[in-house]
Amino acid sequence: MSKIPLNTPVLDPRIKRVDLESTYGTTSIGENEHWISWEVFHQKKRGDQHVHVGIVHAPDAQLALLFAKEQFGRRLACVNLWVTKSSDIFSFSYDDEDIFDNATAPEKQYREASGFRVMEKINRYKKSKQKA
Amino acid sequence: MEAIKNLLFRMADDELIYGHRMSEWTGMGPIMEEDIAYSSMAQDKIGHALANYSILEKEFQTANPDKLAFFRKENELMNCQLVELSNHEYDFSLVRHFLFDHADFIRYEMLSTSSFAPLAQLSKKIKGELKYHVLHADTWLTRLGNATDESHARMQSALNELWNYALGIFEPSDYEAQLIAEKIFDGEKVLQQKWIEKISPIIEKANLKIPSSSSPVYGGRKGYHTDQLQPLLTEMAEVISSEAEGTEW
Repeated sequence: MSKIPLNTPVLDPRIKRVDLESTYGTTSIGENEHWISWEVFHQKKRGDQHVHVGIVHAPDAQLALLFAKEQFGRRLACVNLWVTKSSDIFSFSYDDEDIFDNATAPEKQYREASGFRVMEKINRYKKSKQKA
Repeated sequence: MEAIKNLLFRMADDELIYGHRMSEWTGMGPIMEEDIAYSSMAQDKIGHALANYSILEKEFQTANPDKLAFFRKENELMNCQLVELSNHEYDFSLVRHFLFDHADFIRYEMLSTSSFAPLAQLSKKIKGELKYHVLHADTWLTRLGNATDESHARMQSALNELWNYALGIFEPSDYEAQLIAEKIFDGEKVLQQKWIEKISPIIEKANLKIPSSSSPVYGGRKGYHTDQLQPLLTEMAEVISSEAEGTEW
C-alpha cells in the first residue's frame, strides 16, 4: 500500500477535506453534522415481517424514512419501512456467545429445523401435483 | 385539440427542464443519501416528461419524444421560467422543489378526473411518485426553516427570490375557457388557488413568510425565457447532436 503524499492537492474543489496533519486532536464535529444512525426494516408485502436490511444516517426519524426509502425501497418490492435509532437496539455481547452453544450441540441436533424430515413430504406432494 | 396539445407541452416542458436542473445535483448533493434521493426524483421528472411527449406523439402525431425534447428551439419551449433558473446553493433548489412540486401534485390530482383519458390515466399512474416528491420537499422545508438562524435566513431569502417565478407557473394559456368547458382541466386559476391553500400552512409551519408583495413572472408559457435556458438546452442536446441521426444507445 502506498501512502498518499502529504499536501496532495485536493482533487475535488467542492470538498473541504480536513488536514489531519495540522488539526489532529482538535477536530470537532458540529452538532448538526453528527447525524444519528438508524436501523432500517423492510416489508415486502402486507402481512410479512419487517426484515432488517441496513442502516441510514439522518438527523431525525422523518428524514431517516426518506433516505431509507431511497436506499432500500427502490430495488426490492416494498410496501412499508420501519426505522429505529441504532442506540435503541439492545444486544448480547459476543463474549457471551457461548450461551448459545446448547442450541447447536451435536446431541441436540433434533432441535434444528433441519431435523424434521418434512422436505421429503413436500417434494412428494409437489410431484403428485405436477402429475395431476 | 390545440388546447390539449398546449397543455401537454406546458407540462412536458416543465418536467423536462426541471428534471434536468435537478439532475445537475447528481454527484454534488450535500450528503450521499440526499444526493440519491434528489437524483431519483430527477429521473421521475424526466419520466413524466417522456410520458407527456409520448401522449403528444400517439394522440396528435407530433414528432417523437426525443425530437420534442432535444431539437426544439428555445422559443418553442413552454415551460415556466421557475424551472429553468440555474441552480444556486441547495436552499434555492429545495425551495423551488417545494413550490413547483406542490403545484405539480395538485395539477395531476385535478387531471385525475379529466375528460381526456390519457392524462387521467397518467395522473393515476404517477400519483405515488408525486406524493413522495412533496413529502421530501415538505420535510426539508420545515426542518431547515426551523433549524439554525442561518438555515432559516437562507430558506426565507430563497423563498423571496423565487416567489414571483413560482406564480409564473400559473400563467394562463389562450385555451383556459375551452379546457374548463370541455372538462379537460379546471384551469390555472383554480390550480393557483388550491396551491396557495395547500402550501400556506406548511410555509407557516416552517416559520417562513410568503412575500407580501407579488408580481408574477409570466412569459415562459409563450416561449419567452431567461438567458439561463439556452445553455441548458445546448448541454442537454450535446450528446444526441454529436451522433448521426437514428443512433441508438
